[in-house]
Amino acid sequence: MSAGLPVEMETLFGDYPLDQAFDEMRERGGDVRPHYKALAEMLAQLPEEELLRRKQSADLSFLTQGITFTVYGRDEGTERIFPYDLLPRLITAAEWDRIERGLTQRITALNMFLRDVYSDAKILNDRVIPRELVYSCKHYRRQMRGLQVPRNVYIAVVGSDLNTGEYVVLEDNLRVPSGVSYMLTNRRVMKRTFPQLFHSYGVRPIEHYPQLLLATLRSLAPEGRPEPNIVLLTPGVFNSAYFEHTYLARQMGIDLVEGRDLVTHDNIVYMRTTDGLKRVDVIYRRVDDDFSDPLIFRGDSILGCGGLFNAYRAGNVTVTNAFGTGLADDKAVYAYVPDMIRYYLGEDAILPNVKTFLLGDDKERKHVLANLDKLVVKAVGESGGYGMLIGPQSTARQREEFARQIEANPRNYIAQPTLDFSRAPCLIGNHLEPRHVDLRPYILFGDKVNIVPGGLTRVALEKGSLVVNSSQGGGSKDTWVLEE
Amino acid sequence: MLSRVADSLYWMSRYLERAENTVRQLDVTMSLMLDTSDTSAEVRWQRMMASLGKPPGMEWNDDLDAMARMLVFDTLNHAAVTFCVNGARENARQVREEISSEQWARLNRLYHQMHSPHAQSQFRVNINDALASVVDGIHLFKGVSDTTMIHGQGWQFIRLGRYLERAYATATLLEVYQPDLFQPNEQDHSGYQYLELVGLLRCCTSFEAYCQVYTADISSEQILEFLLLNRDFPHAIRYTVDGMRDAIDSIQRSGGRRPPEELIAVIGRLQAMLGYTTIQEILAGDVAKFLHTIREQCMRIHELIYRYYVHYSIQSALAT
Repeated sequence: MSAGLPVEMETLFGDYPLDQAFDEMRERGGDVRPHYKALAEMLAQLPEEELLRRKQSADLSFLTQGITFTVYGRDEGTERIFPYDLLPRLITAAEWDRIERGLTQRITALNMFLRDVYSDAKILNDRVIPRELVYSCKHYRRQMRGLQVPRNVYIAVVGSDLNTGEYVVLEDNLRVPSGVSYMLTNRRVMKRTFPQLFHSYGVRPIEHYPQLLLATLRSLAPEGRPEPNIVLLTPGVFNSAYFEHTYLARQMGIDLVEGRDLVTHDNIVYMRTTDGLKRVDVIYRRVDDDFSDPLIFRGDSILGCGGLFNAYRAGNVTVTNAFGTGLADDKAVYAYVPDMIRYYLGEDAILPNVKTFLLGDDKERKHVLANLDKLVVKAVGESGGYGMLIGPQSTARQREEFARQIEANPRNYIAQPTLDFSRAPCLIGNHLEPRHVDLRPYILFGDKVNIVPGGLTRVALEKGSLVVNSSQGGGSKDTWVLEE
Repeated sequence: MLSRVADSLYWMSRYLERAENTVRQLDVTMSLMLDTSDTSAEVRWQRMMASLGKPPGMEWNDDLDAMARMLVFDTLNHAAVTFCVNGARENARQVREEISSEQWARLNRLYHQMHSPHAQSQFRVNINDALASVVDGIHLFKGVSDTTMIHGQGWQFIRLGRYLERAYATATLLEVYQPDLFQPNEQDHSGYQYLELVGLLRCCTSFEAYCQVYTADISSEQILEFLLLNRDFPHAIRYTVDGMRDAIDSIQRSGGRRPPEELIAVIGRLQAMLGYTTIQEILAGDVAKFLHTIREQCMRIHELIYRYYVHYSIQSALAT
């Protein structure tokens, strides 16, 4: 323990371990970082019972508000409260400035990449990105070639995952990023749990996110529809993010529709209302490409609406995010994002990538197969922490299994060195322990790029775990971006 | 509003109304069993089951406590309180964006109350308190609905569901009770007949309201008149039918490209039947048949609501 800490803080931290991983709250020597001082002092002074009381009252608030998510593959209790940690994660103004500039740059380039690949494919002709990498991606949508997308915006809503401390982008979510409702509800609960602390810190607001999202969607409406009817398309009540869909629809004051509510006629999309059919102009889509239109994509899906794609192609309805955007968050294409930024914007990436080995390359594959116990292997098209091998925590049998799969289909996998994820203090029982965290800010792209200052801090609540996904036992924290 | 959403709000409301009806009938039946009248517990239980629509698997087995618990906590039986609360919540969950957060929190609390590990043991300790707290929960939900929800189409569909369920349940109740209502021992002064009649009124939370209109002079004719024909009491069938008409008119005014002519005709006929008939005329005719007609018309209204607002054909909607 550091000698510089007051007694109360010594008790608070107990045997809080510090090692080579970046700790959000404490410097390597043990001192509390300046912007965390006020939080640490408050915690040290708060009686233990009072802290637990606040925790319970926050728990109850989540439960009665029904802030839950659905876990797949279990029969019982499929509805769970989203686990969260009571202590906020703090980000200074300077850190945020860098994140904001970095993400704006990155999203701009990614959008240009999508526009390019689905029209002239210059970046492929100039051999910056290998042609076969793009055309072998399972999220590449041939149907999107040559299609004019409103305002050339392919990715109106993005959530990119970052590691802080040592800043790197872990992945981009360009299809249907989720979690923003937890960012908003966490803030509401935290404001009630630590009102004075919140006030004294000067935290930048995020509550206007739904309004910004609505404005973004409105800006993408088809020409000649000045009063667009905007809807949110959900797969339905069994989807893991259903709470979020209802939450956003309610906050924006738009209808939440399911595929069965929609019909198309003469390339126009309508929804079935009690007053008859009503035309739909903008669809904020929370259904994957595959399930959106059984006539174009998967024929066995009943979640989407037959004829939707043709109405979209005809320009009678805006669907966002566009189809085929999963191409750009493919984990192998990810490796080329810094090249895209250089190619389209002539700039260096402000937020770097994690070093990524492409297993289609013979030399890199050989290196990876020899070092499976040190690396993380990920399937390129998966998300949510599925299809992943974490080398240092794996068994020999798991590694063999992955080696076999990699040999069979090298394009389907990438490998990365294990990262020292940044760690933040969490309230575990009645004391503080560090847990791995990442950060997912939400980026909106309509007339211009808009990022609300904050995001979802995801926490691997299990000790030592690196997986932060809610479907795999992860939780969240409120994220406070400070005014200064 | 979306047809699917209207459908869910309508059923959310019907389920809660049904839950409340079951709770009230159970409460009244169990308190009547405390008195040593000629009517056996078994007869009472079966009569209650008949007025709840004869749910299967609820045959009398001499263990009142176990049966009452089942009627409250069963999750598969359509008349059971927990089944109805689950149904209401499931419907509400599918339209979270339409109802207010307060409504959802209220309903969620009722749901967790029914499913709490302590619920069954509390029920064993004090049945009356347990039943009263369920009714409280439902009343609070209705109050919150009226004060926090915009009184647009969604709210009207909630009213529609509530009134239709109530009209149907009251008509069923009266149909089941009416053979016993006009027994020759009407002038019986032992007090048991009085308790029976008050019980019937309490099944519709209408004892106090009845006394305000007729004083405590309890008679079968007046009860029937009150529960069928009163214009101002929310549990009287006439009031609920007028309420349905009002809800349909409001829905029509707020959007309404296609006037639901047939639906209005059926409700209108029912209104006329209840508005322009005296109790003497009803009693002179076939009471059972009169009540049965009300039930049939309620089912017809339900079908027409679906045909006009939920399951209409695309062709018919494009034509207008």
